[in-house]
Amino acid sequence: MELTGLFFYIVSLLILGGIYALLCLALNVQWGMGGLFNAGIAGFYGVGAYTSAILTTAASGRHLGGFSMPVPMGLVGAAIVAGVTGWAVARICVRLKSDYLAMASIGIAEILRLVFVNESWLTNGSLGVSRIPRPFADFTTGRMSDVAFLGFVWVIVLLVYVATTRLYDSPWGRSLRAIRDNETSASAAGKNVEKFRVQTFVIGCAVMGIAGGLSAHYFRFLSPTATDPLLTTFLVWVMLMAGGSGNNRGAILGALSIWTIWSVTEIFTNRLPPEWATRSSFIRMLLVGLLLQVVLQRFRAGLLPEKSPPVRFRKD
Amino acid sequence: MIRLDEICVDFGGLRAVDHASFEIGAGRITGLIGPNGAGKTTAFNVIAGAIWPSSGRVFFDGRDVTALKPYQRAEAGLARTFQIPHEFAQLSVLENLMASASAPRGENVLNVIFRRGRYSAEERAIYETARETVRLLELEHVIDEKAGNLSGGQKKLVELGRALMRDPKIILLDEIGAGINRTLLGKLADKILMLNAERGLTFCLIEHDLDYVSKLCDHVLVMAQGSLLTEGTVDAVRQDERVIEAYFGGGKYEAQL
Ligand SMILES: Nc1ncnc2c1ncn2[C@@H]1O[C@H](COP(=O)(O)OP(=O)(O)O)[C@@H](O)[C@H]1O
Ligand SMILES: [Mg+2]
Repeated sequence: MELTGLFFYIVSLLILGGIYALLCLALNVQWGMGGLFNAGIAGFYGVGAYTSAILTTAASGRHLGGFSMPVPMGLVGAAIVAGVTGWAVARICVRLKSDYLAMASIGIAEILRLVFVNESWLTNGSLGVSRIPRPFADFTTGRMSDVAFLGFVWVIVLLVYVATTRLYDSPWGRSLRAIRDNETSASAAGKNVEKFRVQTFVIGCAVMGIAGGLSAHYFRFLSPTATDPLLTTFLVWVMLMAGGSGNNRGAILGALSIWTIWSVTEIFTNRLPPEWATRSSFIRMLLVGLLLQVVLQRFRAGLLPEKSPPVRFRKD
Repeated sequence: MIRLDEICVDFGGLRAVDHASFEIGAGRITGLIGPNGAGKTTAFNVIAGAIWPSSGRVFFDGRDVTALKPYQRAEAGLARTFQIPHEFAQLSVLENLMASASAPRGENVLNVIFRRGRYSAEERAIYETARETVRLLELEHVIDEKAGNLSGGQKKLVELGRALMRDPKIILLDEIGAGINRTLLGKLADKILMLNAERGLTFCLIEHDLDYVSKLCDHVLVMAQGSLLTEGTVDAVRQDERVIEAYFGGGKYEAQL
């Protein structure tokens, strides 16, 4: 009994760890490779979550819906709508220097959150969207569906890892890193800085949308609290910094290790006296912040720092 | 090849370039000299598109490029180096050079995710050009070093290498010699003369060492206080009273000129 309990604890840990790994890979494209300071991760994650939820649920009358699409279609929709949202933001903001982009993206995430809360016809407001289907619902039930979902999430993580690694290893990634390091000389070297930045922002936001969609299918329920910036934006930044900005494996490692620590500390903070337990998330945030300090003291560029990829072309 | 027509640049209240008009002839090695603060670097920035002038026009190969962005001018065949090195700090020396090449296939997102074969020939050519350039600049021993960790002189060489990577028509060199040792500087001069003679590559260089300028340039432009003071051969310019005046505010240091 204890053992199966532990097993399913680990399954749920790895499912959410996988979703965070996606967010981290996405942020690594934007910040690690592109130097774009996206402080509105929660907004794009939320857009993806609502898109996939609305596309896949049956008609309910409480929110836009009734499309009953299969889950993979919902996720494709999540990527597209989050990507288009990212495109609109990028068109306005990519010319901004990174600190201003950070401010603009916080504002945009807040606007999106207000839309999720207030546009009831679309999202059912703070009551949320329920009965969101899981993939493989026909042949898995109960806790087995968690295991199936774990596989589903990590297949997507693998695909995104392969795609982002191809981006990183390519001339595209090299030019993007050059732009990040010195915009002026990159444009003197013929790089269309704005085009690269728009592409980068869109790709990252689309992946964030997929992560959001997966979370909606995992919890089967979605309300505006899911777009809490503490649990998405803040944690994802910590994960990428700790794991190694500019390194895709570092992004995954950071996501898994910080998420594990975050989850395990919950076991302890839940045992605190009630007047403390209500503040537990702030205590944990403090702990995670301290941990990041320690990691960065030892490893300035994160656990797995940025590395130049090998030159790749067919040797013949 | 390049023509500036009545260019003015203002930084707040300061007029850094003041109705400057001059021409950089195709196929030549032109020197751009003048005292510190004369507006030479700013003029380069205007030519390259990094700064937009308050008024005036820039022509490249007879075409008005005043409204073009820096990357579009680079695509048209213009390359430059920066007085203060602008390296890609987290990229290796090899990557700094390769990233400066034109790579239309390898910079296509769909190609790099789904059709990687499509850019391998292009990448191979870029790699070979970069290796050759590294050899030329004697940077082989630091080829895998991050550019941010190099010495000032090495960064200057990387600047030059990056400019060579796109096979440009003209290269603007801004005080490339500062911080580079004499021997290598001599070799660079030979290389510049060779590129000019064999490939017809046009150069314009800002340089303080007039002996170096006279070794390379048959024609020099002299800027002072934001506009063109005079132009001519190095010897003619050296003797010009106004040039001596501009440099030293008097004839005291004449012997050094
Ligand atoms: N970005 C800038 N902002 C304000 N002033 C500048 C800027 N760049 C250059 N200047 C000023 O413009 C003048 C010309 O500078 P510059 O073109 O660098 O001269 P040079 O290269 O001939 O030494 C100087 O007075 C300099 O202080
Ligand atoms: Mg200068």
